[in-house]
Amino acid sequence: MVVKDGLIRANRSIRAAFVQQRAQIIGTGQDLYMIEGILVEGLIYGIMVLGVFITFRILNFPDLTVDGSFPLGAAIMATLITRGYNLWFALLVATAGGLVSGIVTALIHNKLKVPSLLAGILTMTMLYSINIRALGNRANLPLLKQDTILTRITTMTEGLMRDEFAILIFFVLVVLVIVGLFVLFFHTDLGLTLGALGNNEQMVITQGVNPEILKMIGVGIANALVAISGAFIAQYQGFADVSLGQGIIISGLASVMIGEFMIKSNRISLLALRALSGSILFKGIMYAGRYYGYYINMTPNDLKLITGLLIILSLVTTKINRIKMKKWIKS
Amino acid sequence: MIRLENLSKIFNEDTPNETLALRYISLDIKEGDFITIIGSNGAGKTTLFNIISGTYPPTEGRVFIDGQDVTRHPEYKRARYIGRIFQDPLLGTASNMTLEDNMMICYKKGFKGLRISLNHKMKEFFREQLDQLDMDLDNRMKDNVVLLSGGQRQALTLLMMAISKPKLILLDEHTAALDPKNAQIVLALTTHFIREYRFTTMMITHNMSQAIKYGTRLLMMDKGEIILDVEGEEKKDLTVDKLVKKFHEIRKRTFETDEVLLSGRT
Ligand SMILES: Nc1ncnc2c1ncn2[C@@H]1O[C@H](COP(=O)(O)OP(=O)(O)OP(=O)(O)O)[C@@H](O)[C@H]1O
Ligand SMILES: [Mg+2]
Repeated sequence: MVVKDGLIRANRSIRAAFVQQRAQIIGTGQDLYMIEGILVEGLIYGIMVLGVFITFRILNFPDLTVDGSFPLGAAIMATLITRGYNLWFALLVATAGGLVSGIVTALIHNKLKVPSLLAGILTMTMLYSINIRALGNRANLPLLKQDTILTRITTMTEGLMRDEFAILIFFVLVVLVIVGLFVLFFHTDLGLTLGALGNNEQMVITQGVNPEILKMIGVGIANALVAISGAFIAQYQGFADVSLGQGIIISGLASVMIGEFMIKSNRISLLALRALSGSILFKGIMYAGRYYGYYINMTPNDLKLITGLLIILSLVTTKINRIKMKKWIKS
Repeated sequence: MIRLENLSKIFNEDTPNETLALRYISLDIKEGDFITIIGSNGAGKTTLFNIISGTYPPTEGRVFIDGQDVTRHPEYKRARYIGRIFQDPLLGTASNMTLEDNMMICYKKGFKGLRISLNHKMKEFFREQLDQLDMDLDNRMKDNVVLLSGGQRQALTLLMMAISKPKLILLDEHTAALDPKNAQIVLALTTHFIREYRFTTMMITHNMSQAIKYGTRLLMMDKGEIILDVEGEEKKDLTVDKLVKKFHEIRKRTFETDEVLLSGRT
């Protein structure tokens, strides 16, 4: 009895100390770090979300390759960094790796006439083995004390600003460039036709365009973006790991859907920004779950459950809105 | 210009569901022909269009376009010189894209590159073209197509097809899903474009008087065969009654009786 009481008391005091510590962190400017963290991660993962947006929303080609191409980007980047290759060359190879994975998925779908989901799962599964090979036959490759693009940036801005801030600025720039290219691409004749493919494949065929080639281009570009995102995450977190990709597609999809709550538009530039803000908000929600979830007895292990529920919530809301819309049109 | 040689199509060959949809069809389509096609449900009209456009290959026979054997060419390749409009207005346009984007995609057939062609000049050109439709679409170029009515969508599809100047136009009951007023408008536009650009055209319709009124040549199909092919003066002299009588004459000679066919469908 006494022992049990003591345990409970000890437990309480640990808990109190924890809460107090959190409160202190928040009170002493640590929340700034947290916001920076959310923004940076939101931006890096945002590049992946743009890819998911291309396949799921523009091409209407639900693609699960992402769970494999994300760690592929990370693995290629990490390995080439540790072998001392030029950093930008490494990023290029990582991007190409993603591109090829996407093309493989599209090819499986085109030639074997299997649904995109199955094609993606096949590639993703094969990539698991390939990723371990890319990491040099191991599951994890640390980048400690390695020269990465990010350490270059922080060395460059040494004394000018805090490292965290420099990295945030860097990623704002990177994402701006990528979004710029993304928007430009979807204004080209090819980009427009990709948009039509997701809407109406027959129309694309009627216009004399081979939809198989379009799918290879579209899914390829999407996974190239995903691999870039993976390559930066490896550098940001300081390691590459085969399991980095686990559930990435779901968090990407959740980000896309959260974004869709916020902005309604048919302009590609706004759609891109929407995917990015969805990504940042999603990271925010995940951070909140990790740091404040404690109050409602949540653990980081519950985050996947939360992510799934978020997606279901989005689906339900869209459905309700659609029904409302129909009623509104009828009346 | 287009020659069909002994085309036949069997669906689900060697299964209990085997259907002979086309039996040994041969046809010469001359440049400038405006062919109307009538026939009962399941006569094989759509199957014929699918084989001409390459949606699937024939079981036997060959398709020639300008002397070139295209029987095994994929649909998207043939689409560069064939313009096709379906009954379903949704099939001709991309719903979640703007009018101008749709028009840009259809402006030129074939693979699209990394050029940005949708500039001010192009938009102005599209605006002028839309103006022809008389549907007030010229100031809705930034609206998504999903907001248009079925008739407007079909008219837009027609316009986009006309702009791309195909060698052959295939119209598969393209006004059947529209209300009578819109059907009339789209049909009038169709004949306007055919006359203006001298398109070689094949048009499937279920309306006999329409088939008689429009076009320079009339085909009647039944059970996978072309049972009647008239043009010139003979076509001009046709009336619905004559057509029904002709069908009965032919049918009594060659087919079993089937009263439901054609008669009720004027
Ligand atoms: N993809 C297919 N698989 C199996 N059978 C088919 C297929 N397409 C058409 N058929 C069959 O072939 C025959 C001809 O069909 P088709 O669609 O060409 O007729 P149609 O003349 O266009 O008729 P409708 O006036 O109803 O459109 C029908 O018996 C139909 O059931
Ligand atoms: Mg038909």
